[in-house]
Amino acid sequence: MSLTRQDIEATTIKFLSEEFEVDPSTITPEAPMKETLALDSLDYVDLVVVIEQNFGMKMKGEQFMKLVTFSDFYDHIEEELAAKA
Amino acid sequence: MEERVVITGMGLWSCLGTTLAEVEASLRAGKSGIIFSEERKELGYRSALTGTVPTPDLKSRLNRRQRIGMAEQANYAYEATEQAMKQAGIDIPYCEANEVGIIFGNDSSALAVIESVDTIREKKDTAFVGSGSVFQGMNSTVTMNLATILKLRGINFTLSGACASGSHSIGIGYLLIKQGLQHMVICGGAQEVNKYTFGSFDGISAFSIKESEPTKASSPFDAGRDGLIPSGGAAALVIESLSSAKARGATILGEIKAYGFSSNGGHISDPDLDGQVRALNMALKMADLSPADIDYVNAHATSTPVGDRIEAQALDAVFGATRPFVSSTKSMTGHECWMAGASEVVYSMLMLLGGFIAPNINLHTPDEDSAKLNLVTTTLEKQFNIFLSNSFGFGGTNSTLIIERYSD
Repeated sequence: MSLTRQDIEATTIKFLSEEFEVDPSTITPEAPMKETLALDSLDYVDLVVVIEQNFGMKMKGEQFMKLVTFSDFYDHIEEELAAKA
Repeated sequence: MEERVVITGMGLWSCLGTTLAEVEASLRAGKSGIIFSEERKELGYRSALTGTVPTPDLKSRLNRRQRIGMAEQANYAYEATEQAMKQAGIDIPYCEANEVGIIFGNDSSALAVIESVDTIREKKDTAFVGSGSVFQGMNSTVTMNLATILKLRGINFTLSGACASGSHSIGIGYLLIKQGLQHMVICGGAQEVNKYTFGSFDGISAFSIKESEPTKASSPFDAGRDGLIPSGGAAALVIESLSSAKARGATILGEIKAYGFSSNGGHISDPDLDGQVRALNMALKMADLSPADIDYVNAHATSTPVGDRIEAQALDAVFGATRPFVSSTKSMTGHECWMAGASEVVYSMLMLLGGFIAPNINLHTPDEDSAKLNLVTTTLEKQFNIFLSNSFGFGGTNSTLIIERYSD
């Protein structure tokens, strides 16, 4: 079963707010990921873990360089899932 | 000039309680903290007996980054340290402005290592271990986390000396302060209690198998003893120079008088009479005390046949003529291993301040060597001034601390 954009957003908001202990309402499409989640270099390691747990894909460090907003992240997940399908 | 070294704060996260008051009540009552653990039996343990402590909830006090690198025993250590700092009247701003050190005894972090290796085996990829694993899996998990959280700027390391780790940590902190190299050090011991950490100990048949009566199974010095019972948690002490304590107006709880130590230079697990006697005599000499000055001995005695026998012989060799009161609080706590040397100083301090000697419970028939000791089997209301605490560990490491009631 393929995930819709809404599914991806809902899943992401849930696991990121739980993992990084932020208010889910702050995770809006245009919000910046790094600042919203207060990510430091170690947190990116944990980001890789929770993305794999939820979407079954391994993201590499350099891929995060291109992702500024959560919308960018959703686009990336959509593309990766489409490529796998 | 050498500094006098005093205790100004104490904290405990123990199977006897999670506040000093709770633990004191348990010690007075001769209450055991030992249970039967079904999950250990399912895992194949020969003995499923263990001490048990509650899981700390630190979420309201520490943020995610602060918590994520803390192994189980670091959580216990945080709780104990928070109590000790509160009693000592110090806080994080004080630590930021002064060079406060930390030395904790810890000699394993099995659960964190096992979980990370399980992940690597399953995923075939180290990237999925997560960032907290590295800080949880190192023996220094307690000190690296607490030093970061508490913003400590003095000495900072973990001491691994098997079941004497907690005692050695106080001893080394004491020496650093005595020599004027530090004015204050947070010392302690921490011990994980999860179902994996003691598997190898169980495998060498170190544990009591009296599973039908968990609270009666730990019976140091009793002729019927059949092994130790693993336990854990954490204990912390704030120790500092007398001049520092006086300058701060701190309440002084007791004075550390000596740290005796030795290595057996022999068998990896068998105790050694000469090694223990040398540590005891070194401590007495350092304190400039005679055996008659020692009122109470908190024995290492873990409830193993050979360990208790050799310690009884060592105590008789040094104290045979003066016969101080002796008890092993491990009869109630089980063996808190890396934590024990620190927790037993705190237990003994509670006795010193409370005017009682906690009993060596489950002692019905002393064996030939134990019978020579002045063993306390029921709670004794007794004011005393000086106690000695023994800790011994695998590899033949021995540590003896002497603490005295503070007076000008």
